[in-house]
Amino acid sequence: MLANRKLILAHFWLAFAVFGVALTLGAWQMFIRSPIGTWLSDPELYYRSLTAHGTVMGYVFPTLVAMGFGYAIAESALEQRLVGVRWAWTGFGLIVAGSIMAVIPIALGRASVLYTFYPPLIGNVFYYLGVVLVVVGSWIWVALMSLNLRIWRKAHPGAPVPLAMFANVAGSYLWAWTAVGAALELLLQIIPVAAGLKNTIDAGLARIFFSWTLHAIVYFWLMPTYIAYYTIVPRAIGGRVYSDSMARISFILFLVVAMPIGMHHTFADPMVGAGFKFIHSTFTALVALPTLLTVFTICASVEIAARLRGGRGMFGWIRALPWDNPMMLALAFSFVMLGFGGAGGLINMSYQLDASIHNTQWITGHFHLIFGGAIVIMYFAIAYDLWPHLTGRELIDVRLIRTQLWLWFIGMIVTTFPWHWVGILGMPRRMAYFDFGDPAIAPQALSVTFSAIGGFILLTSGLMFIVILARGMRAPQVDAGPYRFAIAVHQPKTVPVALNTHALWVALMIALTLTNYGYPILNLALSSGTSVPAVYVGAQ
Amino acid sequence: MSTRDLFTLRNSHFRIGVGLTAAILIVTAIGGFIVLPFAQPWVQFANVWDAICSAAGVPQRVASVTAPEQSKRLSEVVLTSNTLARPSQEAIGRGATLAQRCAICHGPTGISRADSPNLAGQYAAVIYKQLHDFRSGARTNAVMSPFAVNLTDQEIADLSNYYAYLPRLPAYHPTPQLPKPNIVIYGAPLRGIAPCGACHGSLDNKTGSPWLEGQSEAYMKAQLQAFATGERRNDISQQMRNIARAMTPQEIEAAAAYYASQPPDVVKAVD
Ligand code: HEM
Ligand SMILES: [Cu+2]
Repeated sequence: MLANRKLILAHFWLAFAVFGVALTLGAWQMFIRSPIGTWLSDPELYYRSLTAHGTVMGYVFPTLVAMGFGYAIAESALEQRLVGVRWAWTGFGLIVAGSIMAVIPIALGRASVLYTFYPPLIGNVFYYLGVVLVVVGSWIWVALMSLNLRIWRKAHPGAPVPLAMFANVAGSYLWAWTAVGAALELLLQIIPVAAGLKNTIDAGLARIFFSWTLHAIVYFWLMPTYIAYYTIVPRAIGGRVYSDSMARISFILFLVVAMPIGMHHTFADPMVGAGFKFIHSTFTALVALPTLLTVFTICASVEIAARLRGGRGMFGWIRALPWDNPMMLALAFSFVMLGFGGAGGLINMSYQLDASIHNTQWITGHFHLIFGGAIVIMYFAIAYDLWPHLTGRELIDVRLIRTQLWLWFIGMIVTTFPWHWVGILGMPRRMAYFDFGDPAIAPQALSVTFSAIGGFILLTSGLMFIVILARGMRAPQVDAGPYRFAIAVHQPKTVPVALNTHALWVALMIALTLTNYGYPILNLALSSGTSVPAVYVGAQ
Repeated sequence: MSTRDLFTLRNSHFRIGVGLTAAILIVTAIGGFIVLPFAQPWVQFANVWDAICSAAGVPQRVASVTAPEQSKRLSEVVLTSNTLARPSQEAIGRGATLAQRCAICHGPTGISRADSPNLAGQYAAVIYKQLHDFRSGARTNAVMSPFAVNLTDQEIADLSNYYAYLPRLPAYHPTPQLPKPNIVIYGAPLRGIAPCGACHGSLDNKTGSPWLEGQSEAYMKAQLQAFATGERRNDISQQMRNIARAMTPQEIEAAAAYYASQPPDVVKAVD
């Protein structure tokens, strides 16, 4: 059993509680803007809900999962006492305080600016301060991950850092640096305006800062999922990691190339030069590399498990896999959704193709498939896998778990495939209602209705997940034993210093940020006449 | 295993990592800043540096092109939500004196007996912008323009503050309160019409947009028609023209009749 159960459980429970609320809002949004809902007589309510849904799902929920999982990894992979527990609780407290601070103005309709902030739209200052507190809380976690690894290194000079911890710390560094973009936007630009110290804002510069955060944050969300692919799934299905070095290289590549590519979110923006857009677009293509490496390594690791179980033949081994094991199921679903989502991503990253789907429902369909689908289904898997070690009780209802995963998968496909489709037809995102009575879009009504039905399947699955975990707190006690991670076919005895430390890759990450963002930021920051009047939400 | 062994050319990971990254960066930079700009046959660059600057997004002033001559004046007013915030008592007092010459049309209490707009309790920024626009000629009206041409900036600010300060009284043309028509609460999404209420109250208020409750129906109808035909053009970025052009005559009637029938206390609930 893990020593810091309370700390980790607090993170997970808060994560899943806010997830449940935001999920309900999401299902309501799906319903209300579909032909089965009626037009909202106050569309502002839609944007309130959308701001809460996006803020929770984008900032609070994944951050808490990464943190809770990170503490579990630090303790169990390093097999040492977690240092800084009091600080960890402080970080958690900041996230609680920040979330409450942000949610109150949203609920009052004073911060309906959406989670991307959308300047020159300006909401109540407490909304932004709340988001800042959440980020600061998570930075404490980053520092603790780094510190605990350092302590371990002192005690084990030259020894290979366990893969789970190596990846976990890489993810934390990625987050620390990528959050700087939004932090600069909030602290230098938005908060002074929201606090009334200024009343104009450089919206173009703000968008560049936000793009600094927006892409790599996606890989921060993805880190727990990839860590689970490499270090949980092979162990859970009785296999081995095909290659430890390949895994390290993937995480290193994420660190280096996830950062300097965020301007693929500003392809349609006039204030960025086309040359920089091209560089960002090309580096975006490179970020497919670690994902391809991962898919290859994990398929090979899974094949090892199948062959160990007696699987034969070119593809016959697939039948020998433990398909009734929830981990196996989650992995397979996750890969399918990653595949479809990745294919869509290729369209988004292409400068010209992006123009046809920019700001349409395609985008929301895309990130729900990848994030809500491929990533979040592995969060479920992580929780199921860790739960007995956190509660000292067994999750007995394996069938219910399998049903829950199936429903999430089916629901996500039913929701997102039509969502993509109406996007291609040109339906804009972030709209509270559509006039499906008009012949121009009447044919899209059916697709949107399917999406909404998918939304309710997802809601059902999400609530089942919470019920399963809650029931797990009262199940019969078991001794789950120590928490272990998968081992590699060739478990490394020594690892080259570059693959065992992060410094070189962090240096490259920062260098590429400077080359790819330096000029566009300075150009706008130093030119005059680039600011526009702020538009205050709910103010005359 | 110290950083000294890491950041050195003897370390092959360092050589490969840094070398590959730099190589990719250089190749993509050459592609993005030199090759692709010249690959566009419809753009002419004087030299390579010119192409690089263009691809980097360096702001450029194009000397040979002059802005097209505007045949009619447009509004030059810049509004923020802080425009004229927190006026002094003196400003309001000066405004009251100046407002005596407005009373003949806009009423001594700021409520018009004719079809001129009511000004009592209107947002200061709104009156401020319209007076500036009348003065500059961006908006014209045979009666109003002569009053505005001689106003100073200070007088415009004082008048705006005074009228904003006046209590919102019921209008002179009471009709039974009408229910909200669709155009006010929903707009018409497929024609790009946002709900009127999203800017003019009922749902939300945006800087520079007047509240309309109790205004004369004839006045509002005339303004919407003027926006639709382009006769009135002092709305910033054509915000109102774009909407009015897309409205049907029935929607114009419905919106004007609805707002005219509303008592002013509806406004208070919003701001
Ligand atoms: C864990 C899963 C999910 C995550 C991480 C997530 C995240 C997000 C984010 C970040 C946004 C963007 C908000 C914005 O545009 O400002 C969003 C929008 C939205 N989400 Fe989710 N979401 C999840 C699940 C769901 C589910 C299950 C549903 C439906 C039942 C849903 C329905 C929606 C809808 C309708 C929108 C608004 C689309 C629009 O109007 O443009 N989401 N979601
Ligand atoms: Cu991105």
